[in-house]
Amino acid sequence: MIGLGHFLVISAALFSLGIMCVLTRKNAVNVLMGVELILNSANINLVAFSKFSAGNMSGQIFAIFIIVIAAAEAAVALAIVLSMYRIIKSVDLDRADTLKG
Amino acid sequence: MNPQLLLDLQKFYPELALTAAFLCVIVADIAFPRIRKRLTFAIAALGLAVAFFLSLPLIGEPAGTIFSGSLALDEMAVFFKCFLIATSLLVLLAAPGSKELSQRHMGEFYMLLLGVTLSMLLLASSVDMLMLYLSLEMVSIGSYVMVGYLKNDRQSNEASLKYLLFGTVATGAMLYGITILYGLTGTTKIALLREALATNIATGENAAMLLIATALIVAGFGFKTAAVPFHFWCPDVYTGAPTPVTAFLSVAPKAAGFAILIRFFFTGFAESGSPGSWTAFSFIDWRLLIIVISVVTMTFGNIAALRQNNIKRLLAYSSIAHAGYILMGTVVLNSQGLQSVLIYLITYLFMNLGAFLIVIEIFNRTGSFDIDDYRGLSRRSPFLTIAMTIFMLSLMGIPPFAGFFGKLYVFGAAVNNDLAWFAVVGALNSVISVYYYARVIRAMIIEPGRETSLIPLPWTSHVMVWIMLLPTVGLMLFWNDIQQLTMSSLRLFLG
Repeated sequence: MIGLGHFLVISAALFSLGIMCVLTRKNAVNVLMGVELILNSANINLVAFSKFSAGNMSGQIFAIFIIVIAAAEAAVALAIVLSMYRIIKSVDLDRADTLKG
Repeated sequence: MNPQLLLDLQKFYPELALTAAFLCVIVADIAFPRIRKRLTFAIAALGLAVAFFLSLPLIGEPAGTIFSGSLALDEMAVFFKCFLIATSLLVLLAAPGSKELSQRHMGEFYMLLLGVTLSMLLLASSVDMLMLYLSLEMVSIGSYVMVGYLKNDRQSNEASLKYLLFGTVATGAMLYGITILYGLTGTTKIALLREALATNIATGENAAMLLIATALIVAGFGFKTAAVPFHFWCPDVYTGAPTPVTAFLSVAPKAAGFAILIRFFFTGFAESGSPGSWTAFSFIDWRLLIIVISVVTMTFGNIAALRQNNIKRLLAYSSIAHAGYILMGTVVLNSQGLQSVLIYLITYLFMNLGAFLIVIEIFNRTGSFDIDDYRGLSRRSPFLTIAMTIFMLSLMGIPPFAGFFGKLYVFGAAVNNDLAWFAVVGALNSVISVYYYARVIRAMIIEPGRETSLIPLPWTSHVMVWIMLLPTVGLMLFWNDIQQLTMSSLRLFLG
């Protein structure tokens, strides 16, 4: 029988992968993919809690809002990455190094 | 239509005014290309002014929630509405005077400013974690675009990218914390959180999960208020962003961050005892967490500011340090602590915006943010030198300027509530800060400069500097009013 625990393990794994991706990748687009993993791990958590333990729908409603936010965030994020690419011809984060100190 | 919804809408007029102005700016920007520069400015200024005056009648309203318990309407919320709208209005008035921004067309900037203001109002009054997350993201996404407003400028883009990557991760982590909290308590309402935590979790069985969730949520608040260790974006973003945006970011989203931090912890994680005092839940020591963050934040901010040569970077670290002082007020769990936070924010608004205003004026003429280029400024523009000196002295906390009273209240609240050592740490930090603020003053007044040509100042800039200068110097004359105003703004809706 698949229960709450299974979902929580998957979500925790996804969250950790997301954080790892964000910390290790040098490509801005890859980092954004890691962020998407983090957001979706939260979605799994919300839906699983809503179904198994909370006994109300707020978790599932919350998840729908997060999907919308993730889309909005991705739109702005890609626009900023594109704008950066137009200037330095690269999406490598190591090359975004003019601000230091 | 649901009649309750209509009633709620009547208490939502400030936000509606901002939304209307936001839409009108977009239309005016497209429809009237010839006069759009002035027209969009006028609409944005009018919208903010109207929103400010529509917030005032809400002061007498009984505390409660609107829109099915997602937004609170209480004295604290109204205070922050007025504060945030006033900040945006001051930034809006200063923006056309900046050469960095006015090269590009300004309609979009005003639009973004209005949008971020609207979302900050929502953030400062949200009492539901869904609303909290949505408005936090809305503030963040708007700010990313504002920081990257100079599309062809490499530094602006880079700042925007760094802000974006750090911000998405911080808010993502916060979101994960919120979901754990939802799992533990079965509710997204912050007030119900308190009841659920007081009854179910008090057994201590889920203490570890609760600690993780709280730490993750603090990461989100820490990001918004630029507290260490979530400050990494701050110096780079403040340096790369157009200066009016930096001025805006250093006050408004920070204040909104403190508003929601107070609301979240005071209503969700503390029990309200006698009026105006709270007791933190014993099974999770969030007070200690914030105390540690506060000490590290002010110490790091001040020490890192010592070796900065770029004025914007210096002010960025100084704003990190000030976040540390303000956090000090939030751990004193009574009305004295809350009042000190509000007073500090009022004083910080004028002195910090004032300092950035001078930076804008000097950049317009010299094209540099280097402190070395401030040498000999006393010859070139005595007025700007005197004004900047006053803002710096106020940021140091030297009496009789406004900053002194802010610090006095925060430190006083700590001393009166058995946190005397904490106030001593704060005072020592203020001493460190004297060094780097004084360096700016020394460069301007004592060190001779190569250039000697006078800096012309348009009358609009004169007016703006005076608007910031008068409250910084004269706030103490109205001290009773400030005290009464903040005292009557302390009520939080506790559900």
